[in-house]
Amino acid sequence: MSAGHAQADAALAQVVAQERASILASVMRACHGDLDLAEDALADATAAAVTAWPRDGVPDNPAGWLVVVGRRRAVDRIRSASRRRVREQRVARPDAAADPGLAHLWGDHGVEDPMAQLGAIDVDDQLRLLFMCCHPALATPAQVALTLRHVSGLTTAQVAAGFVVTPEAMAQRLHRARVKVRDAGIPFRIPADADLPDRLTAVVAVVRLVLNEGYVAADADELQRPDMAREAIRLARLLHRLLPDEAEVMGLLALCLLTTARAPARVDASGALVRMADQDRSRWDRAMVDEGRALVTTALRRRDLGPVQLEAAIAACHADAASHDDTDWAQVTALYDELVRMTGSPFAAVNGAVARAFAVDARAGLAALEDVAASHDLDGWAYLHVARGELAGMLGDTALATTSLARARELTANPRERDHLDRRIASLEQA
Amino acid sequence: MQYMLLIYSTPEAPEGPPEEQAADMQRWFDYTDEMAAAGVMVAGEALEGVDTATTVRIRNDETVLTDGPFAETKEVLGGYYLIDVADLDEAVAWAAKAPAAHYGSLEVRPVMALPEA
Repeated sequence: MSAGHAQADAALAQVVAQERASILASVMRACHGDLDLAEDALADATAAAVTAWPRDGVPDNPAGWLVVVGRRRAVDRIRSASRRRVREQRVARPDAAADPGLAHLWGDHGVEDPMAQLGAIDVDDQLRLLFMCCHPALATPAQVALTLRHVSGLTTAQVAAGFVVTPEAMAQRLHRARVKVRDAGIPFRIPADADLPDRLTAVVAVVRLVLNEGYVAADADELQRPDMAREAIRLARLLHRLLPDEAEVMGLLALCLLTTARAPARVDASGALVRMADQDRSRWDRAMVDEGRALVTTALRRRDLGPVQLEAAIAACHADAASHDDTDWAQVTALYDELVRMTGSPFAAVNGAVARAFAVDARAGLAALEDVAASHDLDGWAYLHVARGELAGMLGDTALATTSLARARELTANPRERDHLDRRIASLEQA
Repeated sequence: MQYMLLIYSTPEAPEGPPEEQAADMQRWFDYTDEMAAAGVMVAGEALEGVDTATTVRIRNDETVLTDGPFAETKEVLGGYYLIDVADLDEAVAWAAKAPAAHYGSLEVRPVMALPEA
């Protein structure tokens, strides 16, 4: 392989690794809502680069080159698939020439210089794609899968791992979702102001799930998936750029930052889980904490409270405390109570019960937990059993503590969490 | 794109005194007028009740008629609109304006674009 080849290959690998999401989103503009077409066109463009770059040199703007060639290939594919239909539509609907989507089909793409369209990458295209993938006409799991695959650029196998399904099953699921997007006419567009609050709720929920997956990987050898956490931060930043005054978006970005800031302290040198109570807080990422805390403060000042802001405010309470004992547990408990009032979430109520155990005492915490458990079916949720076990342990009820933690262990998919529970059970039995 | 808005509700809905029924009917007329004025309406009709329905099947080359709808459900198809709008968001916005959205459901289905022969 020549030096030129090696250089071109390296440049291509780098631009794909770093800018795939924005390139795909920009190619999507020419694809009439067809994500399959956009992926195919991007693959075409990448294949073209493999030939062209070693021959002609790496372009000054590699991402822009891929966008322009990708769009042109998308148009070629549409043309060859339906040349006749497009011509008939043009005759039937003379005003179609004014439609920028269709006009695109008739532009003479054969002679224009790809580099004449520098700046083809438009950050708003990524937001359009994000809102498209998180459209409420899709079921939430489909929204999350589409977002991870096409906005975040994970491979189908990586997305499948997060859902604990086979890559084949995930490929099927993604395909069905893309067909719905295309055939149902789900728009590639940032919603109008009037629709934005509702639509934003869905997008925020998806980013929240991406963050969760980064925090505790469903099925990975490691406890955390830093790539997912980083991606959640990136998506939250995108939204914050679009909606700088939206308090819930500030809360979302703050929550992503404050949660991810703890990542370095959540595992020890051997990769084992370290509980928040035992974490070395000097290892929390200071820059992330500072940015997250500032965002929470600004968001709360807007007096437009939402659930994600409350979660971020709770995370900020932890960030403010020098240690577990130092934490303002009364404040944390009050924030959970407000979150439960706002969302009715039994998961928040269980977390609130644990906070109450530190704010008041373990007996009060366990009583609050049993209230929640009695009125909701949470038996399949590992964390309920962890919380019950730890609170029982604080009260000296070793039998309840160990059976609860053993039940949690059965329900946990992550091996690092399982190891942690084994150690907790062993230490309770010895005590 | 063309979308079919399929209107489902219980046959009695909306329940209420005659004035309420009349008001509901007026809301449907206003809704239809609004669609027509916006230039999105292609077609739309209300259907007679499911007790007038006849279901047709051919089995073993024999035409079999059944008295009643093809499936017994609590909510039944009561009418439809065929509209021509830009995308799903617009179709959903029109569906949400239908009077039955408050007491029944609207199923929004894109009309399949068949390739021309």
